[in-house]
Amino acid sequence: MEIVRFSSVEAKSAQYWILLGTLVLAALVGYLAAHHMDVEGHHITGMSNQIVWGVPHVVAVFLIVAASGALNVASISSVFGKVDYKPLARLSGLLAISLLIGGLIILVLDLGRPDRLIVAMTIYNFKSIFAWNIFLYIGFIVVTAIYLWMMMERKMNRFTRPAGFIAFVWRIILTTGTGSIFGFLVARQAYDAAIMAPLFIIMSFAFGLAVFILVLQASYAWTRRPLGDALLWKLKILLGIFVAAVFYFVLAYHLTNLYATEHHGVERFILLDGGVYTLLFWVVQMLVGCVVPLVLIFVKPFSQSRQMVSLAALLVIVGGLAQLYVIIIGGQAYPLVLFPGMEESSSFFDGVVAQYTPSIFEILLGVGGVCLAMAIVTVGVAVLEFLPESLSDKALKLESATP
Amino acid sequence: MPYTLDTQEVDTARRSFTRGIVALGGLAIAPGVVLYHSAEAKPANQPVSGKQRWGMLVNTNVCQEDCDACVTACNEENGLWSLDRPATDAQWIRKLHVKDRQTGHVTSLPMMCQHCEHPPCVDVCPTGASFRREDGIVLVNKHTCIGCRYCMMACPYKARSFIHEPLQDQLPHSPRGKGCVESCTLCVHKVDRGDNNTACAEACTKDGHQALVFGDLNDPDSEISKQLKRHGGSQIRADLGLNTGVRYQGI
Amino acid sequence: MAELKQSMLVSRIAHSRFLWLAVIMVTCVSMIRVFAGSPENIPPPKGKYSEDTVCVEPVEIMRRRHFEYILDHRDKTVIEGIRTKQYSLIGCIDCHITPNERGEYARYSEETHFCASCHLFTAVTIDCFQCHADRPEEAVRTTLDLSGTTAWFLREVHERLQLDVLVQ
Repeated sequence: MEIVRFSSVEAKSAQYWILLGTLVLAALVGYLAAHHMDVEGHHITGMSNQIVWGVPHVVAVFLIVAASGALNVASISSVFGKVDYKPLARLSGLLAISLLIGGLIILVLDLGRPDRLIVAMTIYNFKSIFAWNIFLYIGFIVVTAIYLWMMMERKMNRFTRPAGFIAFVWRIILTTGTGSIFGFLVARQAYDAAIMAPLFIIMSFAFGLAVFILVLQASYAWTRRPLGDALLWKLKILLGIFVAAVFYFVLAYHLTNLYATEHHGVERFILLDGGVYTLLFWVVQMLVGCVVPLVLIFVKPFSQSRQMVSLAALLVIVGGLAQLYVIIIGGQAYPLVLFPGMEESSSFFDGVVAQYTPSIFEILLGVGGVCLAMAIVTVGVAVLEFLPESLSDKALKLESATP
Repeated sequence: MPYTLDTQEVDTARRSFTRGIVALGGLAIAPGVVLYHSAEAKPANQPVSGKQRWGMLVNTNVCQEDCDACVTACNEENGLWSLDRPATDAQWIRKLHVKDRQTGHVTSLPMMCQHCEHPPCVDVCPTGASFRREDGIVLVNKHTCIGCRYCMMACPYKARSFIHEPLQDQLPHSPRGKGCVESCTLCVHKVDRGDNNTACAEACTKDGHQALVFGDLNDPDSEISKQLKRHGGSQIRADLGLNTGVRYQGI
Repeated sequence: MAELKQSMLVSRIAHSRFLWLAVIMVTCVSMIRVFAGSPENIPPPKGKYSEDTVCVEPVEIMRRRHFEYILDHRDKTVIEGIRTKQYSLIGCIDCHITPNERGEYARYSEETHFCASCHLFTAVTIDCFQCHADRPEEAVRTTLDLSGTTAWFLREVHERLQLDVLVQ
């Protein structure tokens, strides 16, 4: 394999500045929405004492999970020694850092007291997985930045492999931590499950790769750099495998729950009569986010089209957001069981399914976080040499295979 | 005058307890420490200690279905004013109606923070703002609460409320404000004052139901310990092993 | 020649950025003084702390370091349940926030509030009174006699009006 030449994107075209301007503007609007929530209090959002985490958390958790997944492409090259993926490693690292920052900003801005961020950074309760996550997230940014440095500085190249290994281990621990936020909630019917951590890891593989594929295709199309079929097919097949793996874990989670009578209530709620959550689960998460992408990836003639790869990646992201919506909000909407087998009622919404309608402010905050992440990528590829000049089959010496 | 009465009560309690100890004999472990058990108001300059564990006993057999005196008393004592937004208004104590699907039997009971010995809210709080005081009262240190609401996700009893709007006219002994999480404090300001009771329990007694008994679970001579010893009392979600400070009879 | 030098000097002073900065600063400070209200408008404290001392510590120390005392006491109260009065915020408010001649207690959002008067002048932002009562219990209770929705509505109106006043 020849030495791949990297170069920064020239930030001269009008399109570049329109793209960056739009992203920054959207991020700013998100910030203003959050500021409004902070001034008025959370009662202007859809969140309540029943649904304490809403759309901002769905988007933030998606971004954080996708961030660790986006780093996988780099890990495949430096940890598992697949040289074909090496040209993609830098973008993989940049995307990982950007997505994580976007997600964290959302989480911070949604706090009841965002002005006390300094408290969260200085006082820790080490029994809390949340406190651990603060370390894991900041550490992830540092570790990935060092990893990028090792990759991009020729003198440091020999350390790429150990740095990549540390980053890989770190990201596995990080996603375990994110999944455990829910896995450790013993009292909630929908969460108390050890499978949450591995489920989140495999979700991160799928969502991260889907985001990576979209960003890769977009940046190569918009900068008019060649992107060959062979590499895209490899990524596509990988995405298909990850989506199938997510399907397997979701299946295992629900089958385990269905076996225990204790969990029949919550399973019935998600799978049968949970209204919007049931709809999101079956139609968006399972059909749109799982079955359709698998068809697009593996079944001819869809599998021969580059556009279908983009579409499959997009649908995986849509399905992923739906999956997190069902897990996070659906899990809270189902009432806590204080007295198993009894009917409960009170002035505090005991025993009833909690209502939740996301407000425009929450949605703007979520979109703002995504746009901030993308803005960082847009600036990043223009400032440093993240993108190879060519990813054509010829340049990569890959056989142009058709699926 | 009330002060004198208190002292007499304390003295009686102490005397009878000492008699009990003597009668039991054998238990010759550090009489000084044992004497400390008596319900004596803590001096204001002394920190609370683990010698006490404050708790509450709810007798659901006498709790009236249509009565919410405890809820009203709590709201007034702590300045919890309804903003007519039920989904976001704070509720530290609520009346819960539990109906047996099989028999149709309805039990009515107050539900609030259960002041667990191993509180999940304390475990998950990233900044340690959610904490358990030495004397067993679970509180939120609102100076370090960042409003992440993870404790609300973790609490098995839905005992906590988030403050969803800017507040005004808080009572001096009950500071509360936008962006923090809060819950029943077991009337910690009254406990520290030496009232030896909570607003809800006082209201219940005043209404003649006497379904609520507040007291020191560590003091075998306290009313709550005696009743628990005689009639027993169960924990809600005992399966979670949290060792709650609030116990229920008749469920 | 001397005249020329003098006029140059004058023009140099007139064009000096430092001078304009100083003018702006003096104006701002005097405006703050005007807005902050003069100490005469602030009702005096209830009384002396003890026979010998005016406040819980010598006044000079309290002016500069009251926050340290309050902060230290805060954690002792919340975490350890120590309820001594000397450095408690309730103690400060009870003594310092007294009614004016019309019998009204100032809120922290008003410049005649003991704490606000100085914090406004020194441009110190605190968040104590987002949660803590800014007036003694008897003053809070009078506002609370109106309960429920009406009180909330009135408070809301009150708050909006006050905000407008501050903005103006």
